[in-house]
Amino acid sequence: MSIEEKVIEIIVEQLDVTREECVPEASFIEDLGADSLDLVELIMAMEENFGIEISDEELQKIRTIQDAVNYIKRKKGLAG
Amino acid sequence: MERRVVITGMGTVNPVGNTVDETWAALCAGKSGIGPVTKFDTAPLATKIAGEVKGFDPLRHVEKKDLRRLDDFIVYALACADMAVQDAGLAIGGHNAERVGTVVGSGIGGLRTIEKEHSILERSGPRRLSPFTIPAVLPNLAAGQISIRYGARGPISCPVTACAAGTSAIGMSFRLIKDGYADAMITGGVEAAVSAFGIAGFNAMRALSTRNDEPEKASRPFDRNRDGFVMGDGGGILVLEELAHARRRGARIYAEICGYGCTADAYHMAAPPPGHEGAARSMEVALKSCGMDPAAVGYINAHGTATSLNDVYETQAIKRVFGEHSRNLAVSSTKSMTGHLLGGAGGLEAIVAVKVLCEGVVPPTINLDEPDEGCDLDYVAHRAREAAVEAALSNTFGFGGVNAVLVFRKYRD
Repeated sequence: MSIEEKVIEIIVEQLDVTREECVPEASFIEDLGADSLDLVELIMAMEENFGIEISDEELQKIRTIQDAVNYIKRKKGLAG
Repeated sequence: MERRVVITGMGTVNPVGNTVDETWAALCAGKSGIGPVTKFDTAPLATKIAGEVKGFDPLRHVEKKDLRRLDDFIVYALACADMAVQDAGLAIGGHNAERVGTVVGSGIGGLRTIEKEHSILERSGPRRLSPFTIPAVLPNLAAGQISIRYGARGPISCPVTACAAGTSAIGMSFRLIKDGYADAMITGGVEAAVSAFGIAGFNAMRALSTRNDEPEKASRPFDRNRDGFVMGDGGGILVLEELAHARRRGARIYAEICGYGCTADAYHMAAPPPGHEGAARSMEVALKSCGMDPAAVGYINAHGTATSLNDVYETQAIKRVFGEHSRNLAVSSTKSMTGHLLGGAGGLEAIVAVKVLCEGVVPPTINLDEPDEGCDLDYVAHRAREAAVEAALSNTFGFGGVNAVLVFRKYRD
């Protein structure tokens, strides 16, 4: 499973949204209905799944699904 | 003109039923809801039995996403509130939102969440704690989540008065309506403390029955062979409403709530004093608050925990208040069947008292094979009985020396 697919799977489970809503530019808060606590829980799930740690400062910069995917790829040393 | 307060809706989830009808049928049939604990490993515990909620589908009341973020006591509260508000047919919106309030008590709050998240803290460190831990644990989040769901923007609170919490909540709500601060209240008590931590804690006080091989016979209020209380989960929530408000919208009225008494023992953190004068005074205050002649009371839903001290002292207190009339009273402890729902007890047992007035049937105290010395009232042993009851009391007493009593009567114009 690609990182994109895994990220979307986590989002669908955590935020109870459909796969169709999970377009790359979708914002967690504005488009997917998350509040600040949902976001913390979502990031925790990603940390666990990808074996990474995301600091609170970095968390501030992750607004969309694409942000999350890019961040995880960078952290895993897979892309720019 | 004096404002009167009536009950127009009721909902419950508890060890004998997941609706008011199911519960009432089970109680009148003398059915026990106590069994071996199934939700966690009881091997190290002295007590291995409790009244668990059974066959309850939380997804009928909360969304999947929210389920893992809410403690069970909040899920039970939302379920009870859904049933009660629907039963009342009460629409809450722009026209009345600020006049509808929410007071729901809980003795302990999210104990199972504390237990689970504390294990995560120990095992995996603070960064793994769910951000929903605190809002799942706080006792007032039952009221908070209900108010959010229904947009009820009037008074909100959560008495945390141990085993009296549900009664304290209903008493407070009654006063808020009577004194003009609200026209309707969603109110009662809930608990979900059946956990290793909860059982171990009460076991440490030697407060629980250890009759593990006969769960259905373990809760034995007033019986010579009682050996402590049995914990139960769930609770009950009612819709209280100002009479004119209820009549204007043509609501069905179950009964009137007319009195509330609350006193402190100022004696000991957990034990009642001999004679339990604080309990007697709370009954007296409740009756006096509505000018009710004690002889008008036909039924008392007793606190009746099946602890060694409570049952004898509660009996003494009832005799002090009712004198000769205490011999005519039907006094039953439905905890013999449901177990003790702690903060949820007052909510559930208020519903039982109201049903007694509506149905003309008194549910029994089961397992009362041989009344203990000093337990010499009519506890309606074993079998339900028909009885036209005009007024009923619900007694609940809590750790910290809290005594809370409600008075209900048949509704008449």
